[in-house]
Amino acid sequence: MNRRDLLKSAGAVAAGASLLPFLKSTAWAAPNDTVVVLIGNTINSLDIHRPGTNRPSYQVAVNVYDRLVTFGTKKLADGSLAYDYDKVEPELAESWTFSPDRKSITFKIKANATFWDGSPVTAEDVKWSFERALALGGFPKVQMGAGGFVDPAQFVAVDAKTFRIDLKRPSKLSLPNLGVPVAVVINSKAAKAKATAKDPWAAEFLHRTPAGSGAFKVERWDSGQQLIYVRNDKWVGGPLPGAQRVIIREVPSSATRRALIERGDAHLSFQIPNKDAQELNAGKKVKVTGSPIDNCLHVACLNYNFEPFRDQKVRQAVAWAIPYEQIFKQAAYGRGVPMWGGKSPKAASVAWPQPFPYSTDLAKAKALLDQTPFKGGFEVPLSYDLGVADWAEPTALLIQESLGKIGIKVTLNKVPGANWRTVALVEKKLPFLLENFGGWLNTPDYYFYWAYIKGNLFNASNYDDPTVKKLVEETLHMEKSDPSYAAKIRQMIQKAFDDVPRIPLWQPTLESAMSPKLEGYEFWFHRQVDARSYKIV
Amino acid sequence: MSGLATILSRMLQAIPTLFGIVVVTFLLTRALPGDPAAYFAGASATPESIAEIRAKLGLDQSLPVQFWRYLGSLGQGDLGQSISTGQPVSTELLRRLPASLELTLFALLMSVTVAVPLGVLAAVRQDSWVDQLCRFIVTAGVSLPTFFTGLLLVYIFYFILGWAPAPLGRLDMLHVAPPPVTGFLVLDGLIAGDLKVTWAAFKQLLLPGITLALFTLAPLARMTRAAMLQALASEYLRTARAAGLSPGRVLFVYAFRNALLPVITTLGMVFSFTLGANVLVEKVFAWPGIGSYAIEALVVSDYAAVQGFVLSMAVLFVVLNLVIDTLYTLIDPRVTIDG
Repeated sequence: MNRRDLLKSAGAVAAGASLLPFLKSTAWAAPNDTVVVLIGNTINSLDIHRPGTNRPSYQVAVNVYDRLVTFGTKKLADGSLAYDYDKVEPELAESWTFSPDRKSITFKIKANATFWDGSPVTAEDVKWSFERALALGGFPKVQMGAGGFVDPAQFVAVDAKTFRIDLKRPSKLSLPNLGVPVAVVINSKAAKAKATAKDPWAAEFLHRTPAGSGAFKVERWDSGQQLIYVRNDKWVGGPLPGAQRVIIREVPSSATRRALIERGDAHLSFQIPNKDAQELNAGKKVKVTGSPIDNCLHVACLNYNFEPFRDQKVRQAVAWAIPYEQIFKQAAYGRGVPMWGGKSPKAASVAWPQPFPYSTDLAKAKALLDQTPFKGGFEVPLSYDLGVADWAEPTALLIQESLGKIGIKVTLNKVPGANWRTVALVEKKLPFLLENFGGWLNTPDYYFYWAYIKGNLFNASNYDDPTVKKLVEETLHMEKSDPSYAAKIRQMIQKAFDDVPRIPLWQPTLESAMSPKLEGYEFWFHRQVDARSYKIV
Repeated sequence: MSGLATILSRMLQAIPTLFGIVVVTFLLTRALPGDPAAYFAGASATPESIAEIRAKLGLDQSLPVQFWRYLGSLGQGDLGQSISTGQPVSTELLRRLPASLELTLFALLMSVTVAVPLGVLAAVRQDSWVDQLCRFIVTAGVSLPTFFTGLLLVYIFYFILGWAPAPLGRLDMLHVAPPPVTGFLVLDGLIAGDLKVTWAAFKQLLLPGITLALFTLAPLARMTRAAMLQALASEYLRTARAAGLSPGRVLFVYAFRNALLPVITTLGMVFSFTLGANVLVEKVFAWPGIGSYAIEALVVSDYAAVQGFVLSMAVLFVVLNLVIDTLYTLIDPRVTIDG
């Protein structure tokens, strides 16, 4: 044997040997009390109040901190679990009472509620935490304002275990607003110890180290890779979680996430694309749950800035020309709740969202358009956010095709995610766009407030109607049990039907794939992982 | 000139280039459409809250003021705060660069081991089946996009065969990373003497490494083949054969050594390219590398992060060029480090 042959054979042997360990790959077997969850985005802070914290980070506020109240659970038609907006339940507060004029709510904090370091949860902590949400600004301040909490003076620590909120006006939104992720209760003593003159709210400290009382503590956080929760066995906010540890793993590629969940190397792949949901559901190997997202709609917005859209008949013509069924099949892959084809042109119920009385009827659309000065057709660009291109692009293409048949020439305008908020919502200058606002508080007036009132962020249509404005002002804080509430809501929905500045396409669902061994998956309005109910059987 | 003096002079020559890069990146990131303040003010933001965020991020100052501030903090080694991840940019880069370096170096090592012998063999046995095989591998490797190859390998070796471990990043959840010395998990595991972790890290490295190696195979194999062909046709080789030297000695000592120069140049270019551009491989295998960090920062207009990334890549490129030029002098005594 000469040197060359030796080298060649040595190479072959080495290559073969390197494959051997491959052949016996231990399928990762987690102990029975560890849940592995895959998410597609990245958590960038453990502090929800901090400016710059992104939405996926809200799950930390949910799992690791407590609020005064939480929401109960209900079972949906398909057997899956969801939060129940109408059932406000105790979390840190064991009971609460309204004053006779309903302008203040007094909470009694649970006697045995303690933070992780053993110190008791006091009303002072609640006050400090709420003041912090207002002081740091940004989204938390806006969300607190939705419940009428705008002034630090409204938060009163009556004694160590009694906390009172004074409201400027009674509102049905105030109590539920205390159950949103933003209204967390932080261990103010531990945080104040780490505050500095330049950073009085301990933003630097709480950004990386939570100080709470929640069901889970953060065992470790490898930014950009994973977050590991470990159970707090002294939790009093609710029933103890079934999982001892929960590993949140960040995997950007949805194809990789799909491979992992199908092979059983993870228990839950949270928020998967509709296409994967449809295919995995047919496969039957993993459980797929699609929960309708409350108070949320995928819509096509018509901007009053654009001359043809100022005419109600033109808007209605567009509403009759949208290819609803095709869009639902091709963009939503059949997963969602249809929002077209309402039986009656009159709003009969206060359910929201509800199907609008439009369907695909090109003849009707053309007839309506012919009654306007624009019967010759016109050109309009249809804009959508590239960040949601998975549903927006097929939708836009189908709308373009269909509107072309009644003489409206649509061009597509793709807007990168970084600019979308600015041009669509802040400047409101896009004439025709696809939008997907969903409100956290589940009442129709809340949706109308954000989407149908001039100047409010999600009103990309620049819609301004004095009747609707008055109705929203009256109903936003009115209790649902008030006798005039239902009639006013129906009137509001009727206006939405007739004026149609926003054409609903469908109500989206949040799809997740999970191992059949995972129980307790529950849908929440904040659309993030709430691991407190998860259990492996 | 002594070695150290040459190195220093090369570094000094690079400073005007680096300054130019800093200016260009600064202007480019701010010229991009997209308002980081609007993005980070988050859902339900009002114009007031957006203005608040903008003031907090320091973006309401004029451009020259912002640039001056940036230069000032650069001088102190502070690359700024990354708003997308909430960590200082330098911490993020220091954490992610070793991840990308480990992947790239491993992939290059694998592709060199295959590409160079393949190229040499293809040149020596021109137009034989080895040459055709070389052409085929090269074309396939360069025309298949890396995310496609990556997903295909995941599908075959993980999903169907179950041979490869779950593509969940650098290290399996069961293992704790060894104390960081070099930042390369495989080396750190060896240094710490923890063979289980070393093996686990190596297994995770294999699939993304092979994906990247298939892609970098093409330029290296072609370059080796072309350079070898040129060397084999040269005069001095004819003389060596005529002088009666053994074929092995002719091939390795005379032809190969002369063909090495263009191969090293290609290697340097491929390295700097893949370091930043292996984003797609990082996405598929959830690898916490520098490419995906930069892309995400760009999408949310995270200025400090993008500028930090470009600057560190530029510095790395300067150092790399210096290393390659030094290697030249070792291989070919006729080449001096200055040209």
